[in-house]
Amino acid sequence: MISKYSDRLLSMRWLAIILSLVVVFGMAAGAKNLLFNSDYRVFFSDEDPHLVAFNNLQDTYTKSDNVLFVIAPKDGVVFKQETMTVIEDITEKAWQTPHSTRVDSLANYQHTTSIEDDLSVANLFEEAGELTASDIESVKTVALGEPLLVHRLISEKADLTSINITLEFPKTLTNEAGEEVRADATILSADVGAYAKELKAYVLEKYPNHDVYLTGTVMMNNAFGEASIYDMSHLLPLAVLLILITVFLLLRSVSATIITFFVVIFSVLIAFGAAGWMHIELTSPVMSAPIIILTLAVADCVHMLSTWISEMRSGKDKVTAMKESIRVNFMPVFLTSLTTAIGFLSLNTSESPPFNDLGNISAIGVLAAFFLSIVLLPALAVILPVKVKQGKTKASSAMVSLANWVISKQKLLLIVMGGIGIFLIAMVPRNELNDVFVNYFDERIEFRTDTDFVVKNLTGIYFVDYSIDAKESGAIANPDVLANIETFTTWLETQPEVIHVNTVTDIFTRLNKNMHGDDESFNKLPDSRELAAQYLLLYEMSLPYGLDLNNQIDIDKKSTRITATLKTISTQQILDYNERVDAWMVANMPELRAPGVSPSVIFAHIGMSNIISMLSGTTIALVLISLILIVALKSLRYGLLSLIPNLVPAGMAFGIWAFISGEIGLGLSVVTAMTLGIVVDDTIHFLSKYLRARREKGLSAEDAVRYAFSTVGIALWVTSIALIAGFMVLSTSSFKLNADMGLLTSIVIALALIVDFLFLPPLLIKLDPWLNAEKKNSTEPKIEATAQTT
Amino acid sequence: MKKTLLASLLLLSISGAAMAETPAEKGLRIAQEGNAYDDGFVDSTSDMTMTLKNRTGKTSRRVISAKTLEGKGDGDKSLSLFNEPADVKGTKMLTFSHGLKPDDQWLFLPALKRVKRINSRNKSGPFMGSEFSFEDLGSQEVEKFTYTFLREEACGEGNKLKCHVIERKPAYQYSGYTKQVAWVDTVGYRVPKVVFYDRKNALLKTLTSTGYKQFLGKYWRPSLMSMINHQSGKSTTLQFSNYKFKTGLSSRDFNKNSLKR
Repeated sequence: MISKYSDRLLSMRWLAIILSLVVVFGMAAGAKNLLFNSDYRVFFSDEDPHLVAFNNLQDTYTKSDNVLFVIAPKDGVVFKQETMTVIEDITEKAWQTPHSTRVDSLANYQHTTSIEDDLSVANLFEEAGELTASDIESVKTVALGEPLLVHRLISEKADLTSINITLEFPKTLTNEAGEEVRADATILSADVGAYAKELKAYVLEKYPNHDVYLTGTVMMNNAFGEASIYDMSHLLPLAVLLILITVFLLLRSVSATIITFFVVIFSVLIAFGAAGWMHIELTSPVMSAPIIILTLAVADCVHMLSTWISEMRSGKDKVTAMKESIRVNFMPVFLTSLTTAIGFLSLNTSESPPFNDLGNISAIGVLAAFFLSIVLLPALAVILPVKVKQGKTKASSAMVSLANWVISKQKLLLIVMGGIGIFLIAMVPRNELNDVFVNYFDERIEFRTDTDFVVKNLTGIYFVDYSIDAKESGAIANPDVLANIETFTTWLETQPEVIHVNTVTDIFTRLNKNMHGDDESFNKLPDSRELAAQYLLLYEMSLPYGLDLNNQIDIDKKSTRITATLKTISTQQILDYNERVDAWMVANMPELRAPGVSPSVIFAHIGMSNIISMLSGTTIALVLISLILIVALKSLRYGLLSLIPNLVPAGMAFGIWAFISGEIGLGLSVVTAMTLGIVVDDTIHFLSKYLRARREKGLSAEDAVRYAFSTVGIALWVTSIALIAGFMVLSTSSFKLNADMGLLTSIVIALALIVDFLFLPPLLIKLDPWLNAEKKNSTEPKIEATAQTT
Repeated sequence: MKKTLLASLLLLSISGAAMAETPAEKGLRIAQEGNAYDDGFVDSTSDMTMTLKNRTGKTSRRVISAKTLEGKGDGDKSLSLFNEPADVKGTKMLTFSHGLKPDDQWLFLPALKRVKRINSRNKSGPFMGSEFSFEDLGSQEVEKFTYTFLREEACGEGNKLKCHVIERKPAYQYSGYTKQVAWVDTVGYRVPKVVFYDRKNALLKTLTSTGYKQFLGKYWRPSLMSMINHQSGKSTTLQFSNYKFKTGLSSRDFNKNSLKR
């Protein structure tokens, strides 16, 4: 059947090429639908309970999306005319930020003072250029004495100040034709980011004695896009180049290299075009797919082309050689593509939608590579001119020596390799589930360095919100409730992770003092509910546009939002912190207990739930792949044995990871499932050749090992090197999820090769009696095997 | 004046036609006419119920009764009495509105038993947490804005009215808006719709007033004002009832001492 296929294909080579191109460009046209989504929320499904809780909180109060514009005077002095002028100027300009709803700065901080029966509510300072030294001194005293400001808008040392811009992105926009269209959050947040950078450039130019640092959720969202653009422009060309060099060095043929180039690029085009037709959104994890597809597609090409070239070396013409290559490789390439696709498809069980997309796009890419390898590749190969020197290569004799060495040292290898394997797998539990999402971006991305600086010197970008619900209309003014909130706030401030706590009780105590002629003895919570409610009414009435209390108090004055700003901590620390806070609430204010919600909390939970969901995905993939192997190898026992080389490399790799980093994040939780499909390929190639020798040629186990090494050893070596190179390129990604995934995958693939070369052969020889015991008559293995599988 | 004269001359020389009003002049004239039309109501009282609605659909209610005394020479004086929520019952607010000068404002807090003068130039924030700001609710003196007449079009419920569409820009400092676009009825000077633009000139809120009733055979007052914030998705409605005019109020009902009564 396969030979009929190759005859037809090669006789209609031009048709095959045209057909391939039609498929490629037809699919690639879908790319017009591709849009990049940089919102951090894409990492969670809409039903994620922690995301739902956070969204509800934002709907009750206001959205938390922000840009934190940090101004650092070079002399380290904020309180002076020049820097205060910058603050005032930028505060004014910040209101022009697209989609801004609120701007908080030292300049527009609503300072309340009281003289006799007058209460004045005014900007902390205005017209900074006119301020006298004593004015500045009093502004400084107020600012550094105000708990709402210190560690948020002004550093303790008064050397840094920030302007916080709160944003509200519309769901729909009106286009030029006056129609309502869905707003693209990525474009909106890019607009905001661009404006913030413009403001920064303005400061750097107009006020050269100042540095500017930009952080906040919008800048983080934009960093996802920036990291992907960096990767696309730096990593992708490098990956392509590296792959072509590897292929050329190994196959020593310009034509073969060109063919490989087309197959790998077209595979990526088909995959991403299909993603476009399916309206899959591009996200940072998905952007690792081009490199993954390129790398995997190379393996198919190498198998097809190396057989083809070696057939020509042994004297066949290029058409006959290609027919032979198709005959030999069709099934293995089909099987390996199928198992790899299954591995990727198992990412659909991931809790995090971008990994579902990554799995689906990669699976499509892998199947596209298979299609192109058996349609386009043979047709191109017979059309392009090739020069091949006849004669045996040194490489295959090297493989035979390797086989002899493995056979001679089989007992030692079994013990040593087994020992290393057990040791490394025993190390797996030393890994910790941990993720620091600011560190998703490495130092090449400005967001990371700016954020690190801001967190070190001023305030955190992590926060956890608590919506304290007093359960009754107006009840936040209840003195008991306020007292509880104040105790809670004070306790929160003593927690090591906490940098700042924003609480409404600070406003009540300040107003109480103001209303008693700034008498310090009234710097405490008002003692009656009516009084507190009336203070609030009065205060709210005096606030300017955009500086209201809607971000802290709900419309029914039933609940209030307390925001704890945290240091940059890991997901594990977030979970610990949340548990501690909850335990405190249960013990001290059970009636007002509220869950801590925020993006950090959602990220903290997704790591664990993703690992759990990926366990089922990995299991499904393992069962399916094992069944395929049992059918393909026509043996239950060989199928079961294949579990060892398929699973052990991932186990060992996680053991090594415990020494390299020891932290497993969102990205790594998908590696086992993903690599399973890839490492299986080595096993399939090795075992199918071994079995052919054992069954068809009737060779002994040792000779079958020699045969497997000599026929498929080189191809395994070459494809593994190409795969490792490809994934190593990915490991240099500026986006840590992708980088870690690339590095760990490289390790898995390297280990898989080592296991297949050094551990599987001794194991096959050792277990040979058991493996072949299932056949009563070893001279008729095919019939027996068929009976076995039915 | 010089400027307008120059502008008029310029316009005249360009068009060469009969002397026409500039859009700015026409806008100002309509505002002045509207103000003049409302002259002579002397005083009024009314009750209002404010209903706030947030993005989750939850609502919250405030009840206020208000008294207004028409100003002679200066802006109007008003006294608001807060009845709901219960915690603020008995709180009173006295406001003397002015043109470009910040309004004077006193508040009586029953729990504190004191009258406090509020010294704040910032009246652009939300009124009692609603989508109305004090700026929207306070007396709309002519001098507070500069005007540009835009066009004339049908407006109001069922488009039964004819309106001047006028753009007005706050002439006072510390406004939350760059501009407002108001639809002003050509006959009774009702204002069925106002659109508000924020500091970056983006659409912020729309105010729709309905159920206009005529009092004393002349003065129109809405029975429902509905403000929608397009950016936050929140909204607030104001329902008016018990409008009374010429109730015999005097300036003695609008001073600091009257707050404590």
